[in-house]
Amino acid sequence: MHALEISNLQKTYKNGTQALKGVDLTVEEGDFFALLGSNGAGKSTTIGIISGLVNKSSGKVSIFGFDYDTHQAQAKSCIGLVPQEFNFNQFERVIEILVNQAGYYGIARKLAYQRAETYLKQLELWDKRNVMARELSGGMKRRLMIARALVHHPKLLILDEPTAGVDIEIRRSMWDFLSTINQQGTTIILTTHYLEEAESLCKNIAIIDHGCTIEHTSMKKLLSQLNTETFILYLQSPLTNTNFLLNDELSYFDIQVIDENTLEISLHEKSQLNSLFKLLTENDINISSMRNKTNRLEQLFMCLVEKNRNNSDLIETLQQTSHADNLSG
Amino acid sequence: MTWAEKFNALQTIVIKEYLRFIRIWIQTVLPPAITTALYFVIFGNLIGSQIGDINGHRYMDYIVPGLILMAVITNSYGNVVSSFYSAKFQKSIEELLVSPTPNYLVLIGYVAGGVARGIIVGIVVTLVAMYFSDIHIHSYAISLLVFVLTATLFSIAGLINAIYANSFDDISIVPTFVLTPLTYLGGIFYSIDMLPDFWQSVSLANPILYMISSFRYGMIGSSDTDLSTAIIIIIGFTVLLFTYAMRLLNRGVGIKQ
Repeated sequence: MHALEISNLQKTYKNGTQALKGVDLTVEEGDFFALLGSNGAGKSTTIGIISGLVNKSSGKVSIFGFDYDTHQAQAKSCIGLVPQEFNFNQFERVIEILVNQAGYYGIARKLAYQRAETYLKQLELWDKRNVMARELSGGMKRRLMIARALVHHPKLLILDEPTAGVDIEIRRSMWDFLSTINQQGTTIILTTHYLEEAESLCKNIAIIDHGCTIEHTSMKKLLSQLNTETFILYLQSPLTNTNFLLNDELSYFDIQVIDENTLEISLHEKSQLNSLFKLLTENDINISSMRNKTNRLEQLFMCLVEKNRNNSDLIETLQQTSHADNLSG
Repeated sequence: MTWAEKFNALQTIVIKEYLRFIRIWIQTVLPPAITTALYFVIFGNLIGSQIGDINGHRYMDYIVPGLILMAVITNSYGNVVSSFYSAKFQKSIEELLVSPTPNYLVLIGYVAGGVARGIIVGIVVTLVAMYFSDIHIHSYAISLLVFVLTATLFSIAGLINAIYANSFDDISIVPTFVLTPLTYLGGIFYSIDMLPDFWQSVSLANPILYMISSFRYGMIGSSDTDLSTAIIIIIGFTVLLFTYAMRLLNRGVGIKQ
């Protein structure tokens, strides 16, 4: 079953901004799905429409088979939302925020308190249950929003940049927590600007740019499109000369000397790291460590967005030319 | 949502709203009691003793119903407008918008919070009034009916104001420039019989006059307007504003993009 099905979703704001020009999206039940896009691409508008915070202009949204236009209450019951901005009452106690949220989903107060306890403990906020929300740190506020989104046991959890501004330790504990609840059956849609986060957590991915879906595939397939990877190699000892660059076999690799201790090497998908290391060793160059220059997904993301923008510019130019021709003809 | 779930959702909103104003009772419940006590001392005792009876009642007793209802009007209105606008301002209204709670329950929940504050403040002000005056309630049923209907009407009006408000300034414009003048000119301190004919006719266009007048009838048995007309007008306005507020919520005006 599809957890989420969106077809030709469009949104034009009152000021005339066309935020969505026709987004199509399908998320399978149980998926961990990445929804990526640059700032202003339309991710938050899409999420706003799915969760009922933004009125759509046209298009269809269906959640676990419930059409949003005809079965809105059932559709909303399936969703838990962790928005980008803190949107709880800063003057309420932590436990009240969770109990009230459960209440809005029709859960009786006694059960709501039990659920609140469970999630506050899981997200290590139980000690802060009687503290006013405004007194929590940024990381705690993020975890509070995750606990609040889960308190009614949603089948679909939507996270809009949940780890923004969170330190690496908390971020990693959040990743573990999200992976666990995904393994337990909750479908997750994640938007993030940390692409390594999307790459390590998500199975499927969609990229939105300028209000349109420009890519919608599995993470594996998308990453396989990457035919060149660039590595930074850190040398054990400084280079004494660059004669090794003249070596015929090494010339197959695109090698740049960054400084006497660092090399940048672009590797085609068919090239082998083993042969590169062998050749470097033969030339008395020993490697102490290495890393990807950019995240693989980040590299692909930039390529796809750039390609889409070039296509859009080309279409616009063609339209303008044809319009000018019509006028002159 | 089942009926039980709807009940839980409504209960949650009502408890949240009740706790919100009761926690800060020094700001919400105490000031009306002090203000009303000052009205009684200044207008009732000091100035009122110089004024004769109105419609056969001591001036002090005559102004009691109006002062009670004024406190109810300003507090029920103020409660909902500030609570709903704060929720909009902090975006915590989104907690309700993403949930399956129907809009009519959101409206009823917030209005119930306003009515609860109106009732509590009304009771406190009545206790203060009983210290200064000697009132024997003419009709408990009519007093209670008008009391609750008025609190309901102004709670809905407060919610509509909050929906349209874009800043904290916007939530004080209507109470300052519309509500307070209409309340003062609604016959709290005088009978419209004391006015020239022209101003009597003008006063009859003020809906708050009917509320104060019918509440005064319930409290002391004296009224400037026909009781049934007054009740119909209050119910009519309540239904009208409820329908309008529902329309605004359903369209997402001021709360959805």
